[in-house]
Amino acid sequence: MRRSLPRAPLATRATALHPGAWWLWALGLATAASRTTNPLLLALVIVVAGYVVAVRRTDAPWARSYAAFLKLGVLVLVVRLVFAFFLGSPVPGTHVLAELPEVPLPEWARGVRIGGRVTAEGMAFALYDGLKLATLLVCVGAANALANPARLLKSLPGALYEAGVAVVVAMTFAPHLVADVRRLRAARRLRGRGDRGLRGVVQVGLPVLEGALERSVALAAAMDARGYGRTARVPAAVRHTTTALTLGGLLGVCAGTYGLLAARGAGFGLPVLVAGAACALAGLRLGGRRAARTRYRPDRWGARAWLVSASGAAVAALMIHAAGVFPEALTPPAVPLHAPPLPRWPAAAVLLGLLPAAVAPAPPTGKEEKSHS
Amino acid sequence: MIIFDQVSVVHDGATAPALPPVDAHLPEGELCLLVGPSGAGKSTLLGTVSGLVPHFTGGTLHGRVTVAGRDTRTHKPRELADLVGTVGQDPLAHFVTDTVEDELAYGMESLGLPPATMRRRVEETLDLLGLNELRDRPIASLSGGQQQRVAIGSVLTPHPRVLVLDEPTSALDPPAAEEVLAVIQRLVHDLGTTVLMAEHRLERVVQYADQVLLLSPDSGARLGDPAALLAVSPVRPPVVELGELAGWDPLPLSIRDARRAAGPLRDRLAPHAPSPAAGPPSANPATATPNSAASGSAASGSAAPLAEVSRLTLVRGRVTALHDVSLSVRAGETVALMGRNGAGKSTLLGTLVGMHRPTRGQVTVAGRIPHRTRPAELLRHAGLVPQEPRDLLYADTVARECRTADADAGAAPGTCRSLVSRLLPGIPDSAHPRDLSEGQRLALALAIVLTARPPLLLLDEPTRGLDYAAKARLIAVLRELAGQGHAIVLATHDVELVAEVADRVVVLAQGEPVADGPTHEVVTSSPAYAPQVAKILAPQPWLTVGQVRQALGDEPGPRDGGPAR
Repeated sequence: MRRSLPRAPLATRATALHPGAWWLWALGLATAASRTTNPLLLALVIVVAGYVVAVRRTDAPWARSYAAFLKLGVLVLVVRLVFAFFLGSPVPGTHVLAELPEVPLPEWARGVRIGGRVTAEGMAFALYDGLKLATLLVCVGAANALANPARLLKSLPGALYEAGVAVVVAMTFAPHLVADVRRLRAARRLRGRGDRGLRGVVQVGLPVLEGALERSVALAAAMDARGYGRTARVPAAVRHTTTALTLGGLLGVCAGTYGLLAARGAGFGLPVLVAGAACALAGLRLGGRRAARTRYRPDRWGARAWLVSASGAAVAALMIHAAGVFPEALTPPAVPLHAPPLPRWPAAAVLLGLLPAAVAPAPPTGKEEKSHS
Repeated sequence: MIIFDQVSVVHDGATAPALPPVDAHLPEGELCLLVGPSGAGKSTLLGTVSGLVPHFTGGTLHGRVTVAGRDTRTHKPRELADLVGTVGQDPLAHFVTDTVEDELAYGMESLGLPPATMRRRVEETLDLLGLNELRDRPIASLSGGQQQRVAIGSVLTPHPRVLVLDEPTSALDPPAAEEVLAVIQRLVHDLGTTVLMAEHRLERVVQYADQVLLLSPDSGARLGDPAALLAVSPVRPPVVELGELAGWDPLPLSIRDARRAAGPLRDRLAPHAPSPAAGPPSANPATATPNSAASGSAASGSAAPLAEVSRLTLVRGRVTALHDVSLSVRAGETVALMGRNGAGKSTLLGTLVGMHRPTRGQVTVAGRIPHRTRPAELLRHAGLVPQEPRDLLYADTVARECRTADADAGAAPGTCRSLVSRLLPGIPDSAHPRDLSEGQRLALALAIVLTARPPLLLLDEPTRGLDYAAKARLIAVLRELAGQGHAIVLATHDVELVAEVADRVVVLAQGEPVADGPTHEVVTSSPAYAPQVAKILAPQPWLTVGQVRQALGDEPGPRDGGPAR
């Protein structure tokens, strides 16, 4: 018997979701998180992102970064709370948790406080604020875990491709460096020196850098021999136009941004910015002609990619709308102290972010254990 | 296909050319093997074909190299990329992307081939090299042989007419090497690719070569028939040595040819055949007798073992690197650890010097538990020369390295330096350790380890990158150390080295010992691990040319009565 609900296909090279869709989804969640300080809503965002990561990430190396982002989020939260505890908080409050001795500071350091009264309101405010930052980090971590960064760079315009390759190489370089440091520290033991502690790291520094340099030179030679940097012959006129468009476009973007930010001249800001951006894009496009390269099996933006990115966009849009409708519920005040409410409609909106868990292609399961060597 | 016209290269700052003048013409569809001792300029010559020399490395190229009509002086490496595929010594340094399929496509993307063509060629290449199972795997998770095949595949997809390979099998275990060589031979036979290849382990590749380009510092460069050139080559595999010893003409290059000619030699050797119990092939009779007694069975024996491993299991992450390994090593004994890349050989050696903590089971070295012993103390009991000897070297000159080694080991000043000079004369004090050749670096690392006089000496893959002369020196050194009572444990893929020095062989597979016994029993029972001489003279238990020479030397009328053809 066939299932009534069509199940998401297994992720293969052909069906894999466009990495850009994952980023749009994650940025949508992050935008939503930036509109609220309600800890219940923020926790819900974290749970949604975490659930999607849990069911849709592969066992590729980049997918393991999620745990690192989670830890970073916790660290941010803890740092924020520790600072609020020792440095005080501008939030007035009546529930005193502890009274620290206040360090007297000179006149010029007015506005800075060390020690003093610690209030429950101040800590609650710090918690809400820290949780918001941590949620943003978790959203970025989710995108990182779900989207292959190398494939994302492959979607760059042709003129930027070589820069993209440099970034990919740099990204694979860092793990090599870490492995080298480990190996060389272990080798210190063979010379009868301790393999622990900071000294071990410092003493192997130079050999590690030498090894890294040798490896990069070998890689550069290999890339050169494989045709990296081959360019097509382009007429001089096109080359000059490219340069003019790119330079002019960047100038326009700068001037436009200045116009937008300056107090006066907002009138010319936007059109100049748009024109500059258009010029720069045209320059990039024209510049892409110089690159002779083609793309092997680029990721396609299909219906599933639309659904995934739309779910992120919907969460963001609904939350921005809700921020206007229920300001009290989305940014619960720390004073007076009370348990934050869970607003029903915004919570339902956040749950829309779960859509990718159903529509995105599933990672292959039941795969054999990788035989490590 | 490739024309070398009075080619010579002078590196920047060097006074003498890096290779003798080369004048040769390689026709299309030939497999040409580049033969020569270390430092003869093999890698430099390979670089001139891909254009990396001089465009990438600098230096001055004299003469002219033409590949399919393109002059490498006027074409940069990237402009030769559609014509020449190059794979260097370290496949890991070759990879630009992170998965197998992307890596295969990378070269074609750079050349701007249409997507449909790329797709078709990737599929063809996956099949040709048997990589289809691995297509989505991250490259970092592959084994050495698989990585080498991916590296070759990644340069094949643009359909180059010339393939340049530098030491494609040196780092591989014997089965993986055969896998790679089968692919290379298929390319030559089926696709008409011209292959130029340098390889130290001639015993693995020489039978596949159509031509040999011999580079030697004394007699210059010569291109010609493999058998004729190997007869005069300073480096040659055991099969050629044996052929010369027995006076076979033409010299055999493959086991098959040699076996056909070997009938009379086997008859001559039959009365001298070493009895299976007589044990090790060591040329040093003084050490041979006690060792063979000890090596017969690990459990018996009178002397207390120097190192004892019992029921060792080591789990790292979710991988069981070693499972239920028991091993004991006695003074004066040489044990070889063999097995696939990733079978746990290096991990076992590392455990003996306390780099890993056993998950279960016990490891003792001279009565101490390695991972709980201070490194400075353990140094005096066990020393390991790692796979990459440069991991041991931190200083910027040989002299300074030796001084710190003396200080680390608490030895008299000058101990390490005199050891270096004894192991390999001619290493200058002022040289930077990274500028030394592989053989010199190994000698320096070995001297540093020996400075503390550890009774247990461990070597991880010591012959990687060594030519036959350096290997012969290493063999002499190891025999001498064993004679002085050092226990030696080697992890190696080099069956010829094992045949020369080891008393006992332990074969590991997936972290478990699958064979443990005297060398001649273990290696002759497995086709992958048998040395060439054993294959040729089977069923007689000869392992090395040295043994045969000794036996023939004992014979009353040597050589002149040799089997003539």
